[in-house]
Amino acid sequence: MKNKSLVSINDLSKDEIFRVLDLAEEFERNPIQRIMEGKVVATLFFEPSTRTSLSFESAVNKLGGRVIGFSETSTSSVSKGETLKDTILTVANYSDLIVMRHPIEGSARYASEVSPVPIVNAGDGANQHPTQTLLDLYSIRKTQGKLDNLKIVMVGDLKYGRTVHSLLMAMSQFNASFTFISPAELRMPQEYKMYLDELGLKYEEHTDLAENIKDADIVYMTRVQRERFSDPMEYEKVKNAYILRNGMLEGTKPNMRVLHPLPRVNEINTDVDESPKAYYFTQALNGVYTRMAIMALILGLKK
Amino acid sequence: MKDKKHLSVSAIENGTVIDHIPAQNLFKVITILGLDRIPNQITFGTNLESKLLGKKAIVKIANKYFERDEINRIALVAPHAKLNIIRNYEVTEKMLVEVPNDIAGIVKCVNPKCITNDEKVTPKFKVVDKNGVSLKCHYCEKITDQEHMEYL
Repeated sequence: MKNKSLVSINDLSKDEIFRVLDLAEEFERNPIQRIMEGKVVATLFFEPSTRTSLSFESAVNKLGGRVIGFSETSTSSVSKGETLKDTILTVANYSDLIVMRHPIEGSARYASEVSPVPIVNAGDGANQHPTQTLLDLYSIRKTQGKLDNLKIVMVGDLKYGRTVHSLLMAMSQFNASFTFISPAELRMPQEYKMYLDELGLKYEEHTDLAENIKDADIVYMTRVQRERFSDPMEYEKVKNAYILRNGMLEGTKPNMRVLHPLPRVNEINTDVDESPKAYYFTQALNGVYTRMAIMALILGLKK
Repeated sequence: MKDKKHLSVSAIENGTVIDHIPAQNLFKVITILGLDRIPNQITFGTNLESKLLGKKAIVKIANKYFERDEINRIALVAPHAKLNIIRNYEVTEKMLVEVPNDIAGIVKCVNPKCITNDEKVTPKFKVVDKNGVSLKCHYCEKITDQEHMEYL
């Protein structure tokens, strides 16, 4: 991965994924290693994403590197109409690695083609967010002890949810089976179901949450947003149907864990937080170790 | 009987004849190959009967030969096109169009939120389905199918 950009989870081989996860584990055991001393990471957030940018900054700081960048564009030259290409070529002069979040899809791939320093995609519109996928894989492996042959239940907005699409693609390499639980309007797109069909992987689709999580190893929750519905009445009808409550966890498998990319609004009731099956805050912590591993590998500081 | 008035499309001495173009895509072929911008003598016929296509079009370009890469650019709109290379009134070579694996700078990406529709970036695609011809954007990874193809 040395000197290579990370744009899409599909760019990584299975071996490279394992290398990232193993190194993240090493950083979890021993998080303070000042191997990034003298390195500058630029975090360019063309749209705000506080959690993601803080996670990257924390990762750089723990490794002894420095961070420059912006967290929104109104105060940068982007608001004066500078092209992405010019921004990247300029910032590349000031940094060893660029972490970029941008609302336009494909912007990270393009940036990686014009940039003389590696790019880490921290989300390009609805397209890819590979560090999120890697931290999800890390969390799954850590809680289940393996990635193979797991039952993954995905809940909520499966139509527009970038994280569930990338996770589906990644887990399909590990013989996973899936259950998709969503309102009819927000079902998993056909292209992903066709992909699973081609691989001969099993999936089920349901609209009811409580009934269909009993055999899950992982329940991956996402938010159902009002603005995704063409008919607001439809939203009102289903808005409370996809809220996970502590009572629903009764009878689920002991190894089952609840994941969520955060921020949560109300789709996981706060009474779940006390359950040993709630894993979403630790999942966010895992994001720091995973991002440490990704940057250390790309900068060639670890092999 | 007196000669009927008819327009004769004469054979060309040297050049290329492109046959089996779907009639509705004739002008796309002309645009993609840049035939509207070259000084060569060109004749074309369209809405001709064709067993294969229903209505077909044919283009004859004098003193012009195409490279493989160049001709494969029309694969998206005329996958069955056949080229006759003419030298001294004789067909010296026949070529079939091949659908390429990658396409750059011919088609627009259908996704309005794609970087290729936002900044000056040449659209590039992988051809994911050669029969129906559907394209996966190199940048945003969205699929553009035949129905939504818009040519640059």
